[in-house]
Amino acid sequence: MKHRGAIGRRAFLALGAFTALAGQARGARAEPSYPVVRAGERLRFPRDHGAHPAFRNEWWYITGWLSGGRGQELGFQVTFFRNRPGIGEASASRFAPSQLLFAHAALCDATLGRLEHDQRSARAGFGLAQASREDTEVRIEDWSLARGEAGYTAKIPAREFTLSLQFAPQQPLLAQGEEGYSRKGPLPEQASHYYSWPQLRASGSVTQGARARSVSGVAWLDHEWSSEPLAREAQGWDWAGINGADGSALMAFRIRGRDARRFWAGGSLREAGGRVRVLEPGEVDFRPLRWWRSPRTGTAYPVAMAIEVPGRELTLAPLMDDQELDARASTGTLYWEGAVRAAGAGAPYGKGYLELTGYAQRMKL
Amino acid sequence: MLSSAGVRASLALAPLAANKGRVAVSVFAIALGVALGYAVQLINQSAAAEFAQALRVLAGDADVVVHGPRAGIPEALYPRIAALPEVAVASPVIEVQARLPGQREALKLLGVDVFRAARLQPDIARAEGGEPLDFLREDRLFLSRAAAAWLGLTAGDELALAAGEGRLALRVAGILSASALRERVAVMDIAAVQSALRTGPVVTRIELRLREGADPAALSAALERVLPPGVFAEDPGQSVERNARLTRAYRVNLAVLALVALFTGALFVFSTQMLSVARRRVEIALLRALGVARGGILRQLLAEAALIGALGAAGGMALGHLAAAAFLQRYGADLGAGTFAGLPVTPHVDPVAVLVFALLGVAAAVGGAYAAARTAVRAQPARALRAGDEHEALRSLEAAWPGAACLAAGALLAFVPAIDGLPIAGYLSITLLLIGTLALMPRLARVAFALAPQRRAASWRLALEQLRFAPGRTGMSLAAIVASVSLMASMAIMVASFRHSLQDWLDTMLPAQLYVRGGEGAFLADEALRSQWTVPGVARIEFLRSEQILLDVAHPPVTLLARDLDAARIDRSLALVGESRLPAPGAPPPAWVSEAMVDLYGMRAGDVVALALRGRVAAFTVAGVWRDYARQHGAVVIERREYARLTGEERAGNASIWLEPGADPDAVAAQVRSRMPAHAEVELVRTERIRELTLGIFDRTFAVTYALEAVAVLIGLFSLSASFAGLALARRCEFGMLRHVGMTRRQIGAMLALEGFAVSALGLAAGLGLGGVLAVVLVHVVNRQSFHWSMEIHTPWPTLAAFALVMLPLASFAAWAGARRAAGYDAVRAVKESW
Repeated sequence: MKHRGAIGRRAFLALGAFTALAGQARGARAEPSYPVVRAGERLRFPRDHGAHPAFRNEWWYITGWLSGGRGQELGFQVTFFRNRPGIGEASASRFAPSQLLFAHAALCDATLGRLEHDQRSARAGFGLAQASREDTEVRIEDWSLARGEAGYTAKIPAREFTLSLQFAPQQPLLAQGEEGYSRKGPLPEQASHYYSWPQLRASGSVTQGARARSVSGVAWLDHEWSSEPLAREAQGWDWAGINGADGSALMAFRIRGRDARRFWAGGSLREAGGRVRVLEPGEVDFRPLRWWRSPRTGTAYPVAMAIEVPGRELTLAPLMDDQELDARASTGTLYWEGAVRAAGAGAPYGKGYLELTGYAQRMKL
Repeated sequence: MLSSAGVRASLALAPLAANKGRVAVSVFAIALGVALGYAVQLINQSAAAEFAQALRVLAGDADVVVHGPRAGIPEALYPRIAALPEVAVASPVIEVQARLPGQREALKLLGVDVFRAARLQPDIARAEGGEPLDFLREDRLFLSRAAAAWLGLTAGDELALAAGEGRLALRVAGILSASALRERVAVMDIAAVQSALRTGPVVTRIELRLREGADPAALSAALERVLPPGVFAEDPGQSVERNARLTRAYRVNLAVLALVALFTGALFVFSTQMLSVARRRVEIALLRALGVARGGILRQLLAEAALIGALGAAGGMALGHLAAAAFLQRYGADLGAGTFAGLPVTPHVDPVAVLVFALLGVAAAVGGAYAAARTAVRAQPARALRAGDEHEALRSLEAAWPGAACLAAGALLAFVPAIDGLPIAGYLSITLLLIGTLALMPRLARVAFALAPQRRAASWRLALEQLRFAPGRTGMSLAAIVASVSLMASMAIMVASFRHSLQDWLDTMLPAQLYVRGGEGAFLADEALRSQWTVPGVARIEFLRSEQILLDVAHPPVTLLARDLDAARIDRSLALVGESRLPAPGAPPPAWVSEAMVDLYGMRAGDVVALALRGRVAAFTVAGVWRDYARQHGAVVIERREYARLTGEERAGNASIWLEPGADPDAVAAQVRSRMPAHAEVELVRTERIRELTLGIFDRTFAVTYALEAVAVLIGLFSLSASFAGLALARRCEFGMLRHVGMTRRQIGAMLALEGFAVSALGLAAGLGLGGVLAVVLVHVVNRQSFHWSMEIHTPWPTLAAFALVMLPLASFAAWAGARRAAGYDAVRAVKESW
C-alpha cells in the first residue's frame, strides 16, 4: 500500500488502510464529489457536533487523564472515525458500504507497563452502526459516544477493559484555526474543519478484568472533518493537546516532511482567561528530548519532547514509555500515542496527550 | 533326526511354495476385499475430516449459524439477531452459485461483510494481493486457492459472471489463504452480491458468536422468538452432520460392497485351504501318528492362512490407499455431491483403521482356513493315512436346521424398517439368505441329483452316484458357484430394474422437447421477457422455479418445485406412485411429494402439511406421491401460480418447451436463444440429450459395480476349481480302482467333466434363483431405505441367459480342469496308498 491518505493532523489510525486506499482509488474510477473545506464557513452548533457524511473523513477523539482509588493515574483514548470510501453509493443494497465507521480505545496503565487497546469497525447501517447528523451520537454496536445536556457520554466495553465515562465541559469549545478552518499545508484546500473542547471534567468508571473503580480526571475532545488526504510531501506528524492546570489549553502540531524537516505546523493557545492565540506555522517548534526504542518493532519514538510556542516553553514526559500501538495486523498502522505530563520552567504545567506518527514508516493514512 | 520345529517349518512352508499360483489367487482375493474396505473407509474418513475442517474454517469461531431455505432469509432478521444481548458478533453471509460464461460448473460466491466476517475468521481478510478496500468494492472479488487453481486465474485477472440476462465484469483482487477457505469459492462484498446478482433483500445465513459467559440456552430461546418459520439456528457441528448425511447411504453401500468382496475372498481361502488340507491329509495323519498334538497341527495350518491373510492385507492396504487417493482426487470430499466443490483432499491415515483392516484380512483368511483345518485334524490318523474318504471331513456341514433358520431369519429381516436411516436389516437379510442357502446346498444337491435321469454310460452313472451319495463333498464347490452367481444375478437384476425404472421416469418427467435452464439469478419467466418465447414452432411453455427449503435441521434440505402444471392431469407431469386426489374445495392447495418425503417426514396423501415459503408458512394438502430419482432427500411439487400468490415471486429459472408437430428442436432453440440478450447464460437442451446424459451418468456409476461383480465371479470360478481339485485328491484311491477295473483315463475324465457340469448346472440354477430373491430385497428394502425411491423389478432375461450360457461351460471346465490336475497321477501308487 502506498500513500495518499487522510488529511491533516491526526488521522485516525485504526483504519489507516481503509482511508488510504480510498485515496488511492482516485482516477481509477468515478470519484464521488467530496466537498472541499473552505475558509469562512462558520461552524454551527449543535449541527456541527454531528456527522458530516459528505466529507471523506471525520473523527471524534477524546483523550485524557484519570485517577481513582489509591491515586494511581491512567491515560485513556477513545476515538470514533467515519469514512466515506466512495463505494456502493448507488447500490440498492442496504449493506452498501457507503459510510464506514471505526472506533479505537486504549488504556494506559503504568502498573501494566503496556497499553491495553481494542477496536471496532463496521459499515453504517441497520441501526447497528451509525453516526447522527444532528449531534454527536456515534455508535458501533455496543461502543458509543453521545452528547447530551450535561456533556459527552462514552461507553466502551473493550476486550480487556470497559470504560463508562462522562465528560462535562468547564469552558466553551475552542474553534481551531480561523474559526474552525484549520490549515494543514500551504494550499488553501489542505485544511479541515476542526474544533476542540479542552478542560472537560471526566468522571465515571473503568473496569479492568473483575476490578471496577470510580475515576475522575480531565479530558480533551477533538472533532475534525475534511476530504483532503495527507499532503504528498508529508511523512508523519507530531501532535500534542495539553490541559493546563491553570485552566489554559495548548494544542500544537507539526507535519514532518519526507526530508525530516517541518512541512507545516500550527496550533492554538487559550489562556485561562479565554484569550486565544492562533499559532502560525513559524511559531511552533517541536524538539525531541529523549528517544525510546520499541523492543517489539525496533521503532524509535521521541517520547519526551520540548514544545516551544510564543509565551510557553514546555517539556513533555510520558506517563510510561511503552505507549506504542501496533495495529499493523488489522489496519496496517504503527504509531505512538500516549499520556504525557507537561512542565514549564521547572514547574508542572498540565497533562495531556502526545501523538507521534510516521516513525516506523511513512504514515499511510 | 527331524526336529519337531523343522517338521513344522517344512509342513507350513512347503505347501505354500508348491502352490504359488493358488496362494497368489488367495492373496489377491483377500487383498481385493481389504483394498475395497480400506479404500471406502479412507474415503469416508478423509471426506468427513475434510468436510468438517472446511466447515470449521468457513464458520470460523461461530457458535451458532442461522439459516433457512436456499433462497435465503430476510435481511431484516440480521439487525434483530445482532442486537440480541447474548450475541457478540453477527456476520451475515449471502451464498450464490454464480454461473461462469462457458463453464458448466458454477462458482460458489460468498458475499460477506468483511468487518464482521473477519471477527469470526480473521484469515478471511488476509489475502495475497489486493487491498482491504477491495473487500468492499463492487467490481472486485477474492478467490480461494482451490478456485484460483480451478479457473487458472491470479490476482489482477478479469472474471465475468453471468448475472441475470447480463454479465458482470469483475477483477480478481487477490487470492485467499487456504487457512481462510479450503473449498472452491469466491468472496465479495455482501452488498455487491445483493445488488449485482439481484438477490433481493436476503442473506443465506447469519453466523453468530456468543458473548463470553452468555447462556446458549437463553440465546436459543431468544432466537426462537425472533426467527420466522423455515429459519433455523444450529451449531456448526450440526451442519457437519447434516452434510455427512448427504452421502451416507452411498458410502454405506460402498462399504457393503467391500464386505462382499472380503466375504468372497474368505470363501476362496476356505476352498483353497480345503484343497491344501486334502493334499496333505496323509502328512497330517503321519504327524499325528508321530505324536504331534492336534492343536499344534491346527496352529500350523492357521499360521499358514494367517500368512496369506497378512500378505493380502498388506497388498490390499496399499491398493486401497491408492484407490482412495485417486477417488478423492477425482470426486472430492463430497463424493461428487457438489456441496463442497474443489476441496483438495488427501487420504487421512488412521492407525486404528489400518489395524482393523489388517486384522479383518487376516481373520478372513484364518476363518476360512479354520473350518477346513479343524476337520482335517479331527480325522482319525489311521483312517486318514489311507487314501480317500474325506466324506467324514464334510459331514459337519450337513445339518439342516442352521440353514433353514438362517433363511427364515433372513426372510423376516427383509420386513424390518431402516435403522437410523440405514438398511442394516436389509443387508443382514441378504447375508443370512446367502448363508442359509449355502448351508442347505448339499441337501438340495441330494434331492436334485436324485431326480436326474439315468443313462447307460458308465461315466454318467458313476458321476451321478458319486454326487447323489456323497453330496457333502460337492458342498464346497456348490457354495463357491452359488455365492458368486447369486451376487452377480441380484446386482444385475437390481441395476436393470433401476435403469428400466429410470427410463420410464425420464419419459414421464421430460414430456417436452426442449428444456431451458437459467443460472442462479438468471430468470426466464419475467413477464417483461415473455416476448422472447413467442417463437414459431413453440406450442406451449411451462416454467419451473426450484428452491431448497429446510423442513427439519436434522435432515438435508428439501427441493421445492413450483411448476406450471395441470393439477387434474398431474400424471402427465409426474411419475406418480398410486393416485393423485385433488383436495376438496376450501382445503389447502395441492402439493405432490416425492417418496423420500413419505419415508423421511412421514407425509401421506391427504395430509395437510406446512411449508415455509420465503419466511411465510403456507398449508398444502398432499394430493399424491411421486417417484423422484433426482433428489434423494425429498422434493415437493406445488403449482407455480400458488407459489406466486403466496410469495409474490413470479420469476422462474427453468422452462420446458413443447413444440408444434414437425418443428425442428434445434431451429427453435436457436431462435429462442437469438431473442435473448447476448450474454444470457441460459442452457437450452434437447430432451434426448438430457436422457443420454442421465443414462450415461447412470451407466458410469454402475460400471464399478459391474467390475466388482466380474471379479467376484472370477474368484468364484477359482474357488470352484480349487474345491474340485480337493475332491479329486480325496478320490485318488477311487480313481486308481477304476483304472484297475478297466476304465480308461478318458472315461474317468468324462466322469469328472460330467460331475463338474452337473455341479455347475445346479449351482447356476440355485445361484440364479437366490439372486432373484436377493434382488427383491435389494430393490424393495436396501434401495428404498437408502435412497427413498421405489422401482419396479425388471429382470434382464437375455443378460441372465447369456450369463448362464457362458458360465455353465466355464464352470464345468474350471471344475474339470481342477479335478484332472489332481487326479492325473499314477493309479498304481494311488491304490498302494490305501494299503
